[in-house]
Amino acid sequence: MNKSGWLFIPLLAFVGLAILLASGLGRDTEELPTALAGKPLPTLQLPSLMRAGTEVNNELFLGHWTLLNVWASWCPTCYVEHPYLMQLADQGVRLVGLNYKDDLDKARQYLAKLGNPYLEVAVDESGSYGIDLGVYGAPETFIINPRGEVVFRYVGEVNERSWQQRFMPLWGEEKQ
Amino acid sequence: MVAELGHFCLWLALALAVLQSTLPVYGYASGKTWLLAVARPTAILQWLALTIGMFALAWAFYSHDFSLSYVAGHSNSKLPLGYRLSAIWGGHEGSLLLWVWILSFWGLLVSLLRGRVPTDIHALVLAVMGMIGIGFLAFMLFTSNPFDRSLPWFPLDGGDLNPLLQDFGLIIHPPMLYTGYVGFSVAFAFAIAGLIAGRLDPLWARWARPWTTVAWAFLSLGIALGSWWAYYELGWGGWWFWDPVENASLMPWLCGTALIHSLAVTEKRGLFRAWTVLLAIMAFSLCLLGTFLVRSGVLTSVHSFANDPARGAFVLAFLVIVVGASLSLFAIRAPVLRHRSGFEFLSRDSFLLGNNLILLSATFVVLMGTLFPLIGEALDIKISVRSPYFNAFFVPLTMVLMLLLVPGMFSNWKKQDGRLLMKRLLWLAPVSVVLGLLLVFFSAGEMPFVGILSAVMVVYVILAQVSDWLQKSLAFRSGLWRGARRLQRSYYGMLLGHIGLAIIVAGVTQVSFREMERDLRMLPGDVAEIAGYDFTFVGVGERVGPNFTALRGTIQISSGERAVTTLYPEKRTYLAGGQLMTEAAIHSNLWRDLYVALGEPIGDEAWAVRIYYKPGIGWLWIGALFLGLGGFIAASDRRYRSKKLEESEVSE
Repeated sequence: MNKSGWLFIPLLAFVGLAILLASGLGRDTEELPTALAGKPLPTLQLPSLMRAGTEVNNELFLGHWTLLNVWASWCPTCYVEHPYLMQLADQGVRLVGLNYKDDLDKARQYLAKLGNPYLEVAVDESGSYGIDLGVYGAPETFIINPRGEVVFRYVGEVNERSWQQRFMPLWGEEKQ
Repeated sequence: MVAELGHFCLWLALALAVLQSTLPVYGYASGKTWLLAVARPTAILQWLALTIGMFALAWAFYSHDFSLSYVAGHSNSKLPLGYRLSAIWGGHEGSLLLWVWILSFWGLLVSLLRGRVPTDIHALVLAVMGMIGIGFLAFMLFTSNPFDRSLPWFPLDGGDLNPLLQDFGLIIHPPMLYTGYVGFSVAFAFAIAGLIAGRLDPLWARWARPWTTVAWAFLSLGIALGSWWAYYELGWGGWWFWDPVENASLMPWLCGTALIHSLAVTEKRGLFRAWTVLLAIMAFSLCLLGTFLVRSGVLTSVHSFANDPARGAFVLAFLVIVVGASLSLFAIRAPVLRHRSGFEFLSRDSFLLGNNLILLSATFVVLMGTLFPLIGEALDIKISVRSPYFNAFFVPLTMVLMLLLVPGMFSNWKKQDGRLLMKRLLWLAPVSVVLGLLLVFFSAGEMPFVGILSAVMVVYVILAQVSDWLQKSLAFRSGLWRGARRLQRSYYGMLLGHIGLAIIVAGVTQVSFREMERDLRMLPGDVAEIAGYDFTFVGVGERVGPNFTALRGTIQISSGERAVTTLYPEKRTYLAGGQLMTEAAIHSNLWRDLYVALGEPIGDEAWAVRIYYKPGIGWLWIGALFLGLGGFIAASDRRYRSKKLEESEVSE
C-alpha cells in the first residue's frame, strides 16, 4: 500500500472540496456585500418625484433610522414587496424611495394605485445614483443609520421573513 | 392528461434505470452472464420513456397549459412558438429534463454502437450510465419536477420566459453544452467499467476514445455558443466574464482536453493508464461540480438557476457518492493496472505529459478562482476574483502550451532523436518570429510584448501543422494529393484542433489589444468616428414586437465615402414581466465587428450610445468550429469502426 499511497490523494482532495461545498450550502446570496458598508451614503442630489421643484438630499437621512428602497414601475418584484412596505410604513418605519430608471408618469401612477409608503421619493432617471450605490437592479433595500451611513444592503424582495431575519437584528439594536 | 403521461414516463425511466444499473452488475459479479443482456434493452427503453416525457413537456408549452407551474413560470400566451419550445430548457426543472434526456440518448447510442467492446464491459458501461441516470431522475422527481401542477388556482397567463433567453443562441446553447457535459459520462462509465473489470489496456483506450472526443467536440461548441450569446445578447460587449457558471463549463473542457491527449498515449503506447482513468473520473466530476455550482445557489452568478438549499444538498450528496465511490475504486483498483514500460525524456510521451500538466494546472487555476469566494466565506472574508487573476495564469500557460505543442507533434513515441527534432525546429522558429513580427507591424502597428509573443506563437503553431502535413503526405512518395488522402482521419482531427487553438488565440489577442470603445452622448445628426468608421446617429423611433415594445435607434455607418451598413440597436420592454433589455446591433465581417448598444436617454433628444470596434472577435467562434470539426473527424477514424481485432501500435 505504501507505494500506491498517492492513489488516495485525489480522494482526500475531494473530501476537502466536499466539506468546503457543504459549508457554502444554505448561505444567503441575497445579502450582498456592499463596499459602502459603514460609509456615508453617496452624495444625493436628486429631484423629488411627488413634490415638483424640490430636491432630495442626504439631510433627509440624518437623525433617524431609514430604509432606502430602490424601486421602479417596470420591476415585477417591486409589486410583490409593495404591500409589505405599506405595512412597514404603517408601523412607523421611515422609508425613502429611489425611483430607478423609470418613466415618471408610470411611477406616479404606481404610487397612486398601490399607495405611497415613502416619506419622499428621489428620482434617479438616468440610473447614475444607482451606479454610486452599486445597485444591481430593483428592488434593493439599504438600511441607513441616523448618521447617514449605509449599514446593510439587501437584494430582492422585502417580506415578513427577510425583515425579521435580516433587517430587524440590525435595525432593532440601535433603535432610538 | 399529457402532463401526467410525461410524469409517469419519468418514473418509468427511473425504474428502468434501476434495472439497467443493478442487474448487469449483479450478473457480472455472480457470473450469471445472461443478466448482462438486460443493459441494452433497458437503456433503449429508458430513452424512449424520456423522449415521451420531453414531448409531453413540449406539448404543455405548445398548448399553453399554465396549470403546470413550470410552464406558467417560463412561458406566456404571447411568446412565439420557437421560444415556447426552447423554454422547455429555459428554467431549472426543464433543463434538468433535457440533461437526463441527453444522458439517455448517449445511453441509446452506446447500446446501439457496441463496436468491438466485449459484452461484459459494454454492459458495465451501460450500468454505470444507469446509475448516473438514477441520480438525476431522482433529483428531478423529488426536488424539481417540471410536471408539477398548481391546481386548483392556476394563472390565466404565464409570467413569460426570461427575455435574456428569448434568443436563437439560447435555443441551441444548452443542448450543445449538455451534450458535451453528459457525454463525459460515457468516458467516465468506461473508466469505471475498466476499473471493475481490470481492463485498462490500449484496446480499452481505443473503445473509450471516440466517445470522449465527440463529447469534447460538443462541449467546445457549446462553450463557444454560450460565449457568442453573452457577447451579442448581454450588451456589455464582452465575450468571457470568468463568471462561476462559465468556469463550471470551462473546467471539464480543460480536463477533457487533457484526457483526449492522455487517451492517445494510452492507446498508442499503453502508458499513463491510471492517469487516464483519473482524468476521465475528474472530467465527469467537474461536470457534476458545475451542475452543483449552478443549481445550488452556493455562488452568485448571472445565470444561476435556483437558490434552493434542498436542491444543493441533493446534488452535493450525489456528487459525494459518485465521486467518492469512483475515487475510492480508483485508489483500490489502480495498483492492479500497473504496467511497466518506459519512455525517454525526449519523446512524444513526455511532451504529452507536459500538455497534461499544463492543462491540469489551468483547470486548477479556474477551480481555485471559482471557489475563492467560498473559501473566503469559510474564513469570513469576502473575496471577489476578477479577470486579472485568471489572465495572470492563462496567458503564460497558453504560451507554454503552444510552445510545447509543436515539438510534441514532431517527436516520435518512446524516443526522439534530439538532433533531428532541432533540425525541424531550427527553420520554423526564426520564420515564425519574422512572420509574427510582420503580422503585428502591418495589422496593429504597436502591441505590448504579450501581444507580439502570441502573434509569433500563432504563426508558429499554424506553420507547424502545415509543414507536418506536407511532410507526412509526401512521405508516402505517391504525390501530395494521394499521400494526403492516405493520412488517417484522426491525424486530420488533430491538425484542425491545433489550428483551431491558434485561431482562437489570434482572435483573443486582437480583441484584447486592438479593441476600441467609445461611450457617447449623441443628438440626432451627430457623427462619431472610431477606427476609421463614421457612426451617424439618425434618431430613435418606436417598434412593436410580438411580446415587447422597443425603442429603436438608427445608426448609419460609413467608411470614407462608402456606406457600410445601418444598425438598429434596441431597448426593449417585455410586456409580461416589464423587464428592460438592451439589444445590441452588430455588423460583422471576417476581420472585425462593429457593435452598437443604446444606453439611456439623456435630455430631450440626446441618447447615451456605446460603440465598439472589435477586431478578430469572430475568430473565436471560427476557431471553436475548427475544434468541434476536428473532434468529429477524429472520432470518425476508420480504426474505431473496423471489425479487425488487432492490437496495432501504429504511430502517426
